[in-house]
Amino acid sequence: MIRLENVVKSYPTRFGPRRVLDRVNLELGRGSNLGILGRNGAGKSTLIRLLSGAEQPTSGRIHRGMSVSWPLAFTGAFQTHLTGIDNLKFICRVYGVDWKPLVRFVEDFTELGLYLREPVLHYSAGMSMRLAFALSMAIEFDCFLIDEGLAVGDARFGHRCHVELFEKRKDRAFILVSHDPHIIKMYCERACVLHEGRIHDFDTVDEAYQFYESALVPAPTVVFD
Amino acid sequence: MTTFAQSLRIQGRVINALLMREVITRFGRENLGVLWLVAEPMVFTLGVTAFWYAAKLNHGSAIPIVAFAITGYSSVLLWRNTVNRANGGIQSNLSLLYHRNVRVIDVFISRIIIEMAGATGSFLVLAVFFTLIEQIDAPVDPLMVLAGWGMLAWFGASLAIVIGAATAYSEIVERVWGPVSYLIFPLSGAAFMVDWVPPAMQEVVLYMPMVHGVEMLRDGYFGDIVRTHYDIGYVALVNLVLTLLGLVLLRDAAKRTEMK
Repeated sequence: MIRLENVVKSYPTRFGPRRVLDRVNLELGRGSNLGILGRNGAGKSTLIRLLSGAEQPTSGRIHRGMSVSWPLAFTGAFQTHLTGIDNLKFICRVYGVDWKPLVRFVEDFTELGLYLREPVLHYSAGMSMRLAFALSMAIEFDCFLIDEGLAVGDARFGHRCHVELFEKRKDRAFILVSHDPHIIKMYCERACVLHEGRIHDFDTVDEAYQFYESALVPAPTVVFD
Repeated sequence: MTTFAQSLRIQGRVINALLMREVITRFGRENLGVLWLVAEPMVFTLGVTAFWYAAKLNHGSAIPIVAFAITGYSSVLLWRNTVNRANGGIQSNLSLLYHRNVRVIDVFISRIIIEMAGATGSFLVLAVFFTLIEQIDAPVDPLMVLAGWGMLAWFGASLAIVIGAATAYSEIVERVWGPVSYLIFPLSGAAFMVDWVPPAMQEVVLYMPMVHGVEMLRDGYFGDIVRTHYDIGYVALVNLVLTLLGLVLLRDAAKRTEMK
């Protein structure tokens, strides 16, 4: 179970603190999943950072009763002077997993060939993404955090990611954030909308979708003279 | 809930992972590789020793200049390099915090360990080498040397955490540390003995905690041929205060860290 209780996150700006998340309450049980819809700048990535533990909430509590992944296929944590294998070793050491049996999986999954033993510096964006996804799959978690489009790499790779994540690991929980209602609809059994820092919870994905569509269109401003 | 023992194991694992990552990143696998960790401070110390030798910086005292330079400059490297590496340590490792087990303090601890290992290795190799070729004598009281070195190391580690954590509060700290470290170098006791300066000046330099560490080190190294001035209680107190301050700053620094 993951539970967020009255989570507030503010960031300092030149015009004083800005509240990005405002008293957010969320619950996610083992094996279930949740889609979070939000426009650009709605606070989706902030929420992911808090869930992953990369940042701490300004106030409120986050309770994690299961292991939570780092944001799926996140390439930012690579040390680019290290090789792909070195990065695998690092991740494995951090999570206390033996890396040797995983080399095979990473080799097969990324199809990077000799480049797996080259510094990540020399990778293209697509290659980094493939490595990042493979590393995300190398460590087992109860809950995966998925930020934005799963449209990684070409169609073939996209399909294989889909198989690894949603078929082989369909018993796991996940939280998927996106601005794209179609992706949420495709993968999630439940959805909520993050709008102006608040979470709006809905029973069905369709209701969330309707709210999201209406929130997307700004209400006409009535000007009184 | 994670027990204390489990937490300790996780932290040990994370620090080990960071150590390996940092060492390979910084020194690579080419040529000397990880040996650069020790070679780099050695080259520095040897260079400075050569300068001081030429300048006869021991002011005609009984201490051989080579031993004076090695004890002095090694101790500067011990605390200064450590603080330098911790400075900005948060910024350059921000993205690692996405891995829940990696905390800001782990980044500092691993960097502190690496710098201390380098400085200590360099000091040891140089001391042994110059002793073997009979340029300097073996230390009179090795335990005292160890105590002095330990105090300097503790000072370096605690100051590293203070400065490193303070950068999360203000970027100014990061910029100011460079010049400050240069300016306090002449006062750090590396290039002089407290006994050589006028009494009024002695009082001033003895406010510098690292002066006490170097004096202890030299007391242990040279014994009675030098007169040293230090107060273990004073350095210990300063170190303790710095350690506590560092930990307090660090606790909130984690809250202040912002990803890009």
